[in-house]
Amino acid sequence: MNSVIPNSTPITPALIAEHGLKADEYQRILELIGREPTLTELGIFSAMWNEHCSYKSSKVHLRTLPTTGPHVIQGPGENAGVIDIGDGLACVFKMESHNHPSYIEPYQGAATGVGGILRDVFTMGARPVACLNALSFGDPQHPKTRHLVSGVVAGIGGYGNSFGVPTVGGSVRFHARYDGNCLVNAMAVGIAAKDKIFYSAASGVHMPIVYLGSKTGRDGIHGASMASAEFGEDSEEKRPTVQVGDPFSEKLLLEACLEIMAKGCVIAIQDMGAAGLTSSSTEMGAKGDLGVTLDLDKVPCREEGMSAYEMMLSESQERMLMVLKPEKEKEAESVFRKRGLDFAVVGETTASKRFIVRHRGETMADLPIKELGSEAPVYHRPFVQLPKPPVIDAASVPAPESIAAALETLIGTPDLCSKRWVWEQYDHIILGNTVQRPGGDAAVVRVEDGPKGLALTTDVTPRYCEADSFEGGKQAVAECWRNLTAVGATPLAITDNLNFGNPERPEIMGQFVGCVRGIGEACKVLDFPVVSGNVSLYNETKFPGEDMGRAILPTPSIGGVGLLDDFSKSATLAFKRAGEAILAVGETIGWLGQSIYLREICGREEGAPPPVDLIEERENGDFVRALIRDGTATAAHDLSDGGLAVALAEMAIVSGIGATLSEAPADIPAHAYWFGEDQARYLVTVPAAQAQAVIARAQADGVLAAAIGVTGGEALALPGERPLPLKALSERFESWLPRYMAGGF
Amino acid sequence: MKSAVLVFPGINRERDMARTLKLISGAEPAMVWHTDTQLPAGTDLVVIPGGFSYGDYLRCGAIAARSPIMDAVRKFAAGGGLVLGVCNGFQILCEAELLPGVLMRNENLRFICREVFLRVERSDTPFTRGYNAGQVIRVPVAHGEGNYIADGETIARLEGEGRVIFRYCSPDGMIDPNWNHNGAINAIAGIVSDKGNVLGMMPHPENHVEASVSPTDGRGLFAGLAEALERAA
Repeated sequence: MNSVIPNSTPITPALIAEHGLKADEYQRILELIGREPTLTELGIFSAMWNEHCSYKSSKVHLRTLPTTGPHVIQGPGENAGVIDIGDGLACVFKMESHNHPSYIEPYQGAATGVGGILRDVFTMGARPVACLNALSFGDPQHPKTRHLVSGVVAGIGGYGNSFGVPTVGGSVRFHARYDGNCLVNAMAVGIAAKDKIFYSAASGVHMPIVYLGSKTGRDGIHGASMASAEFGEDSEEKRPTVQVGDPFSEKLLLEACLEIMAKGCVIAIQDMGAAGLTSSSTEMGAKGDLGVTLDLDKVPCREEGMSAYEMMLSESQERMLMVLKPEKEKEAESVFRKRGLDFAVVGETTASKRFIVRHRGETMADLPIKELGSEAPVYHRPFVQLPKPPVIDAASVPAPESIAAALETLIGTPDLCSKRWVWEQYDHIILGNTVQRPGGDAAVVRVEDGPKGLALTTDVTPRYCEADSFEGGKQAVAECWRNLTAVGATPLAITDNLNFGNPERPEIMGQFVGCVRGIGEACKVLDFPVVSGNVSLYNETKFPGEDMGRAILPTPSIGGVGLLDDFSKSATLAFKRAGEAILAVGETIGWLGQSIYLREICGREEGAPPPVDLIEERENGDFVRALIRDGTATAAHDLSDGGLAVALAEMAIVSGIGATLSEAPADIPAHAYWFGEDQARYLVTVPAAQAQAVIARAQADGVLAAAIGVTGGEALALPGERPLPLKALSERFESWLPRYMAGGF
Repeated sequence: MKSAVLVFPGINRERDMARTLKLISGAEPAMVWHTDTQLPAGTDLVVIPGGFSYGDYLRCGAIAARSPIMDAVRKFAAGGGLVLGVCNGFQILCEAELLPGVLMRNENLRFICREVFLRVERSDTPFTRGYNAGQVIRVPVAHGEGNYIADGETIARLEGEGRVIFRYCSPDGMIDPNWNHNGAINAIAGIVSDKGNVLGMMPHPENHVEASVSPTDGRGLFAGLAEALERAA
């Protein structure tokens, strides 16, 4: 596609297919506009109606999610979600995927993913205060994995570090099912004055539409369409559809936007993300019940001779579109010029409800603006839910020769090992508010000068979702809620980033539907609404010689935000001193189905995942949070991958204080007790003298709590096992990733 | 203390620095935009904070070093005024030739953000009077280009004249390659100009000042400066 093709070029079936539009979708376009579209119009439709922008496969299911609550100021549908955190402040946040670009060009793909999500947050008038991410890579042995890890991590750091926002947390996992599609989910969190949130709906007729930021180039054309199809053997050829990020410009854009917002210049604002100028301008018009006329001769271009088609579909980064108050236009312009940023009036709002694009004296597109969005196809795609795998009897799972040796192995596996190599490449302390740095259950960031703090985390256990999408969806939300609770925060709301394969396959659609139902269920019971999100489908790759694509594990990443009234009272997972009692909160039955133990030690990925009892989850969490808040708990840690033994090892390693554990209950096989992944559980430490009182308090609250050991010493001593010296354990924990990245293994 | 914090496009730790200066000295610093040609009247401390001025394009600090405000900073330094450059600020001071040497990419070619230990080599400077000579302090670093180097003659002169103020070290103060994360020659983390009034350092003392958030080993630097300037006033 290039500028020599005239706008009036005949629209052939091949051209339609090239634009990712199905025959019936094209028919819908013909009916809507009553004539053959121009080339530019076809491009606009393809940008608006692809999966990435229209949510056509997911919409009907997303509507079932709970999105309201006492804290919710803005739910899904804007650039980001907004929640009330008190003191006249709001927290603005969202998570979004940049999977397809990151696989093709890991550094720029990941960098622009971060840039895009940051723009979503500051577009709403918030100053970004933290970034997180959730990364999924292929088998470490796959020849491409190391290259992707290295590029993605450098890209995330490269953008966030330069922009000047701390990257405070996240998750990294490896699984062969991501060999052909890595996942890069980036989350940004900002703080704004509650009464100064900016939205995208334009208002007023003949208001100037202003283009701000960087120039438009030919990069990223059809980026959103690429993200709406599976990869084939030609994925390398898609490199030119990946955008190039410039965090330097974005930092300038941030400061300029916040400055003109503070000066009261802005009526409406929308960032140019996926489908760039097309999506941003139509959205501002449609939401405001207005038409938009754009004059492309005014658009600042990086290259000569760009066509209307190219300008409308470019995904060049660091650009914004605004409707400004006419009387403040000059003032706003000077703010942008001072920073060397482009500022151009490129159009105006109209009463016509038409989306009109003019270029070089010609009308290149003239479309009904509301229908572009509202009439996008919506699919009720057929789905099947695969039968649930059988529950695995823990007693049938082979015990290891030694629990201690199995723990040593697990702590050094790719999924459980320390991710220090990753997060040390992210500036996690800039802005001076990072109270809990990466490596804990949730990051804690002070809000302005305190005393409030935000707790932030990203979570999902894809292998659970694969085995049972409903339970897996529930578990992702529950673990997120648990992690926020484990630092002492009240969980407030989530953003969901739903990554799946090809929705046209009923079993993939079944995974999607199941996970969304599970997420919805957990959100309801835990009062933990979804305020923003993003769906990434078609995460599939057809490998040579195979006729069916290989899909990723279903990966609904959940980004959670919690609130601490006093950030200085947050709990960390480190043991604080020797001689304290270690209590396990929640019921342990020793669930080994889909456990890390089963996978890493027995080489089996089987069985039903642990079910989540949401009522128990809530009761246990509320109990632990109360222990943290009144200062009784000296350390707290959620139990997840690897169960009790791995959690104990993590608490010991990070503190340098060992522990001696009591015998497992007689009715549970020892390996199931130590490595089972039962949900709704925590470990807390309390001063030894208070242990009995705390257990009694738990009983009174209907919560199970048991003393399982005592802190102290320089080793982790499991009953009947050789003690594991912390120095060696820590070495195992820390060494896998650096050695792997240096070319080892 | 009447401090001025320079703001170049792409600088991003100016708010951290301003907050710390205010916290320790009680006085709000002036934020000075790079196209200004003069420092505010009465400025007694110029601070160049960290970040990515001009996106690190060309070379870290190279473009900022040629900004209009830097002529005023040169004049200020020549008159004996105190100048503190942190991270990108250190890089800018080197590019502006207010300090010798350059900062190369970290030895492992990656950006590194972590807490490091510094040995304070001298306590008889306005920047380090809040510490004892030989004291080990814990402060964070966050940089991709912090690997200090200069020609042999310059290094010999810096060492001979006692101008190395901070060195990366082990927790017990030993100079050890395992504790020199970026590979800087002689584990150099911070140096002063020949007159001792310009300090450039890679670590971020401004991020370690509040007990509720982090260790507080960075306080000494700002508290010492504030006291020195108070006395001079």
